[in-house]
Amino acid sequence: MALFGGIDIGSRSIELVVRDPHQVISRKKTATTFDPQAQIRRLSQGLVFEKLVATGYGRALVEKAGICPDIETITEIKAYGLGAHDLFPLAQTVLDIGGQDTKAIALMGSKVAKFEMNDRCAAGTGKFLEHLATVFQIPLEEFGHYALEGSQRLEINAMCTVFAETEAVSLMARGTNPHDIALGLHSSIVKRTLTMLTRVGANQPLLFAGGVANNPCVIQLLTEALGSAPLIPEEPEMVGAHGAALHAIR
Amino acid sequence: MTTSAHQKMWEELNLDIPAHDGLLAVLGKFYNDIYLSQSGRLKGMEYLDFVLSEVHGLRIKELQDAKAAGRKIIGTFCVFVPEELTLAAGAVHVGLCSGAEVGSDKAEQLVPRNTCALIKSFIGFKLARLCPFTESCDLVIGETTCDGKKKAYEAFADHVNMEVLEVPQRKTASDRALWKSEVIRYKAVLEELTGNTITEEKLQAAIKLVNEKRRALQRLNRLRHADPAPISGRDALLINQVSMYDDPVRFTQSINTLCDQIEERIAAGEGVVPAGTPRLLLSGCPMAVPNWKLPFIVESSGAVIVGEESCIGSRNTRDLVSEEATSMDAMIDALVDRYLQIDCACFTPNDERQDNLKTMVNDLKADGVLHYSLMFCQPYEHEALKTEKTMHQEQVPVLSISTDYSMEDVEQLKTRIEAFIEMVS
Repeated sequence: MALFGGIDIGSRSIELVVRDPHQVISRKKTATTFDPQAQIRRLSQGLVFEKLVATGYGRALVEKAGICPDIETITEIKAYGLGAHDLFPLAQTVLDIGGQDTKAIALMGSKVAKFEMNDRCAAGTGKFLEHLATVFQIPLEEFGHYALEGSQRLEINAMCTVFAETEAVSLMARGTNPHDIALGLHSSIVKRTLTMLTRVGANQPLLFAGGVANNPCVIQLLTEALGSAPLIPEEPEMVGAHGAALHAIR
Repeated sequence: MTTSAHQKMWEELNLDIPAHDGLLAVLGKFYNDIYLSQSGRLKGMEYLDFVLSEVHGLRIKELQDAKAAGRKIIGTFCVFVPEELTLAAGAVHVGLCSGAEVGSDKAEQLVPRNTCALIKSFIGFKLARLCPFTESCDLVIGETTCDGKKKAYEAFADHVNMEVLEVPQRKTASDRALWKSEVIRYKAVLEELTGNTITEEKLQAAIKLVNEKRRALQRLNRLRHADPAPISGRDALLINQVSMYDDPVRFTQSINTLCDQIEERIAAGEGVVPAGTPRLLLSGCPMAVPNWKLPFIVESSGAVIVGEESCIGSRNTRDLVSEEATSMDAMIDALVDRYLQIDCACFTPNDERQDNLKTMVNDLKADGVLHYSLMFCQPYEHEALKTEKTMHQEQVPVLSISTDYSMEDVEQLKTRIEAFIEMVS
């Protein structure tokens, strides 16, 4: 049977969803690195697609990788809308926090009704967490758990990664519990995210996607702020590629 | 861009020749990529291509010739400076360079870093000696349309001969009286500078001449109601940009010729894009040459811009000066009234802008509004929120963008603009 693909080239990782007209066959993921075209070729090795839909900030690169003659590109906003609606048909809002941007999308069915996205500054995105985890010398995957051990939520005001680091370092110098500082940093992300969500209406149910949806501390703080738990798909970073693959069979 | 022929003139204007050569090379390449690569352009655009290619050349030569013949050159940054009076005084009225990221480091010695790109640009152009228009000016007229400009003109006055007109912030009777006194003062300033008396006949003729220019641009805007769009937004923006510094009589004639061609195209059912292409209205801050960043992204992403709700656009062309008045007093009143109709975000409240936006969206059959604010431009960043609210009631989608002249955010802008176009399609 003919294969269709959706590929999401993000700043940090590339996801590929392979499907036939009826169902998803496989999902794959790799790091973007500084040679995304080679990574795209590696990821799709041995696969022959009838049609491939590319999304994510590197979407234009796929055409150049020469892996499929029929390639279409859509933005990650549209792809997340399509993917979210398919996975959770009742979802009204999508929040995607990826490697270098945050998107809040209001849905009308599978269509985008309104969206907000950060500008060139990557404050409050996965990059922010990645950078600060390095400052704390903690693996990124454990940073959320580490923050959850904090008991006192500190107010970290700086949104800029560089300033937030300065603020964190001066708190450490004052002998503040590092778990509390980490909690404060996570809280600052959620605060920034809520501003964007409010601008698109933040109607529930809300789907939380993107790599940062793997972080338990962000999930907990978001749940507290929203008053109910967001919907989180099994592999939250796959929603964009999932939506792109759906677009491919249309 | 022709260079060698004008070298001597640029040297006499004390431009930084190597840097200026570099600027022209970049501008030429930019123009080639953004303009000359378009398909299905109108024949009449050749005039605009020529004028732009000679923006720092033949047009400057014309200014030098005018100076040699005893005419004065008045430079401006705003549509509030009454061009009718400038022309009636026998002077030349030109907009000054402010659309490129030039000399920012030097500009930041005169204005704070958190200043909009347009202000930094005009100061940068002067301090880096790169704008032959500024260097040709006998007098530069500023205006109090925002705090950024107001304070920047104080610093700028150390570098050019400058006069600032006070534009009020409201439109009550006392505000009108203030503005009228400023218009009268501008007349006196011009008469003193030029040694010419502004007579009733001269002012009447100038009012007609500037109205004719605005009528030609109004005609162009009306023709853009057609679907498929008969002209690209980029080309229409360029026309509005060139209207700021070109010879008004020649310009009006060329635009009317172009409009004749557009009418033929519409009659044949043709356009620059297929019918049904998403139509966007661009709204907000002015875009001076060569600030073509957003229109280029929009029109490379499958949409077409059908109107510019901006000072380099409809804000400058929508209203005419009444031609009924013949006495000096009545003509001054007519000018005062016309200029006070400008719906600049510097006014409070400024509800007429929202009404004008609604009219434009309807007339142009726009599928969405792209609101553009220059970063740090408080008046327009505020009105972006107001515009979102108005358009929400009208069920017209709005994408609000705040950016500057740099290219570092182009990829992020592309994603947002493409997503917006997907949304309105």
